Amino acid sequence: MSLLLSKDLYQQLRTHGEETYPHECCGILLGKSSGDNLHVTVLIRAGNTRTDSAHNRYNIAPQELIKAQREGRKQGLDIVGFYHSHPDHPAQWSPTDFAEAHWFSCAYVITAVEQAAAQITNSFLLTGTSEEDKAFVPQFIAIE
Amino acid sequence: MEIHIPTPLRAYTDKQETVSVEGATVAEGLAALTAAHPAMQQHLFTAEGKLRSFVNVYLNEDDVRYLPNKEDSPVSPTDELTIIPSIAGGAHSLCCSR
Repeated sequence: MSLLLSKDLYQQLRTHGEETYPHECCGILLGKSSGDNLHVTVLIRAGNTRTDSAHNRYNIAPQELIKAQREGRKQGLDIVGFYHSHPDHPAQWSPTDFAEAHWFSCAYVITAVEQAAAQITNSFLLTGTSEEDKAFVPQFIAIE
Repeated sequence: MEIHIPTPLRAYTDKQETVSVEGATVAEGLAALTAAHPAMQQHLFTAEGKLRSFVNVYLNEDDVRYLPNKEDSPVSPTDELTIIPSIAGGAHSLCCSR
């Protein structure tokens, strides 16, 4: 299952990580699941509520998620994924990312940012159906 | 009341984004939801019947956990419940900091 998004959206999520450096950025991806792919058409920037440790933690307020879900309903879209940055860390999921991942069949996009410059961006699909069998699977990012 | 279902849990509500149920409280609404869609039970509640820690339930704009009566809060037919799993993480536990 690939993650499809436009070059502009791809750039937007990477730029967000550069702007918030040395803190982690985060946001919500709206779109549709089509066939085997997740097609992202809207990117919503979110605030990082982890102001106590924003350089290496992120949290999106539930109110922002609800607002995004409502916006999706209006546009006939779903929440299909999330993104965040890893300042001065690899674009790999961390044990914390995994422990806090609960949106099955959604994409978790991570951009490594070094010295305020976006580096590698990876996406991981959360597979499984429960906390017991969940797994992150690397996902191809297709730039349209 | 209407209960809005997040993307990952729609697999257990026959792909419905919104489920209409009857109930006088939040707890009754959730019970009606799991009665109609039994597979939702394990995704919302622990084996002990407590709402899972990462599952947020909002009554209109309010987090049910912070309402005075919590899940026993009264609801009217026009109220909306939203189920929204948390989203969080971060690089802090990565071993290979550069």
